[in-house]
Amino acid sequence: MLFLQSVTLRLCTTFITLFGVALIVFFVIRVVPGNPIAMMLPPGATEADVARLTALYGLDKSIPQQFLIWLSGVMQGDFGNSITTKQPVLQLVLSRLPATLELSVMALCIAIVIGGTMALTGTRLRGSKTEAAIDIGNGMALSVPDFLWGLILILTFGVLMPVFHISGRVTPSLALPFSTNFYLTEAALRLRFDLWLDIAAHMFMPALALAIPLAAIIGQLLKQSLKETMHLDYVTLARTKGYSETHVILHEALPNAILPTLTLVGVQFTFLIGGTVIIERLFSYEGLGNMAIDAVINRDLPLIQGIVILFAVIFTGVNLLVDLTYAALNPRLRHA
Amino acid sequence: MLDARSTIKRRLPLRLILSAGWLGLLTLAAVFAPLIAPKDPLAQDLFLGQLPPFWLQGHEPGYLLGTDSLGRDVLSRILYGSRLALTVALIAGSITCIVGAAMGLLAGFLRGWVDVVISRAIDIWMAFPPVLFSILLIAVLGPGLSSIIIAIVVIDWTRFARVIRAEAMTQGAMDYVASAQIAGRTRLSTMLTEILPNVLPTIVVLLTLEMGISIIVEAILSFVNLSISTDDPTWGGMISEGRTSIHQAWWVLVFPLITLFLTVLSFSQLGEGLKDRFDPVLR
Repeated sequence: MLFLQSVTLRLCTTFITLFGVALIVFFVIRVVPGNPIAMMLPPGATEADVARLTALYGLDKSIPQQFLIWLSGVMQGDFGNSITTKQPVLQLVLSRLPATLELSVMALCIAIVIGGTMALTGTRLRGSKTEAAIDIGNGMALSVPDFLWGLILILTFGVLMPVFHISGRVTPSLALPFSTNFYLTEAALRLRFDLWLDIAAHMFMPALALAIPLAAIIGQLLKQSLKETMHLDYVTLARTKGYSETHVILHEALPNAILPTLTLVGVQFTFLIGGTVIIERLFSYEGLGNMAIDAVINRDLPLIQGIVILFAVIFTGVNLLVDLTYAALNPRLRHA
Repeated sequence: MLDARSTIKRRLPLRLILSAGWLGLLTLAAVFAPLIAPKDPLAQDLFLGQLPPFWLQGHEPGYLLGTDSLGRDVLSRILYGSRLALTVALIAGSITCIVGAAMGLLAGFLRGWVDVVISRAIDIWMAFPPVLFSILLIAVLGPGLSSIIIAIVVIDWTRFARVIRAEAMTQGAMDYVASAQIAGRTRLSTMLTEILPNVLPTIVVLLTLEMGISIIVEAILSFVNLSISTDDPTWGGMISEGRTSIHQAWWVLVFPLITLFLTVLSFSQLGEGLKDRFDPVLR
């Protein structure tokens, strides 16, 4: 009962947050100088043409009126039409979403693998030079944001040792027999490993750039929790039973130490998704973030609105999921 | 425990010295840029375009780190670029700090409806992708130094508010605050004379981190050509140019990138070092 109540409350605040985002972005972008309608028309257009097109996009009404019209459209799944491409915003945004989701999930996986390896190696080799090196590496990785890591990766693996692709999502000359925009997933499902490799080689650099700071956070926190767990009595007991140190870490300490890291990963994942905006730009990766920057440059108001709302839905959705999972897993929170 | 303490004590000064040293050097470079820059950072010479740095074949004396596609001296542009970077770091960092910390203190100490409003606002802010939000704000405000500062303050105040709110809540529940209240202090005076001094170390640490973040934001905005006017040398602008000529003239990207990397790393290490310093357990 209490659980249901807190879920309902949580859903309500999520809706308030989304409404707030919609309200702010709507009013902010309407103050943007530069008339998108004037940019659309050829130089010889008359005043009447401008007025007709302005009315067509509903930009002649007052801003609160525009907001209400837009909001009632959104309620019916209609986000309006993009000013630059004339296509429905929802369709455009959903066509780019798979690229960004695949990139984010790949980055998350890389971060978990690197961060987990760092933490486990550091714990296994406590007090050694390797542990000190891991700590320093973690500190560096944490201090520098994804944007700079992206540039460093472009330099090292794109120019000095060109092993990975540093722009685009797939080699343009390849024919893609795909029916969805989840290229990487679909290539794997269709067993087209040649295509899968090409797509993965394009994604690896941007995904790694996004993953490095998160890997450091995971590495640091998991190592800290492992350190605390290793001093507990039941771990000592397992050790006196004669299990190897590696076995003790992996089978005894890790299952208990991993919980705080898991919650943190959920929250940090939203930051990672936010980072895709500039990383996609840096690597000319055709995802949502790259489309967003173009939309701002082209003053494509309906498209900007749609993308910001979609990002907000993803962020709040991930947070909601993390909170609910945590509440469901933790009996103390379930009844709080 | 004793072990951990001694290692941290040993390591602490080194990273504080290194990071403070680099930032001090950078400040000197920014202040005396007109005196030490070997060339005019805006002077173009198309005959001297894409000259390599001094240790490579084909370099020109006087252009230590080479030139960009328009023949402008890379070293001089980095030196002048430090002026904008440090200005943004100092001004945007401090204003963000004051606004965010004030919000956090109010929410965490006064609680009630003030907390509800500020916490809701933080939730909404956290649902925006920050980079997209800053690009959007610059599109609204128009390019320029003050727009960058406003954008950073508007977006990043939540970084301070979230942490300081939690700290103020913890401090507010302590006995010394209750005693101050019983002694007849007003809420406002308790907040400023009792709570604020106790959260100040956290504020200082967050401020150093925010300075590094501000420089990155400026670089990102320059990268998408939305910072200040394109003529003025900025590290982000140089990086953006360098990215396009990366296969012909890597030095145009590498040197500003190294400078930016070291600066951001220094601010962050300074913050971490100060955090250890302030931590009463480690002291």
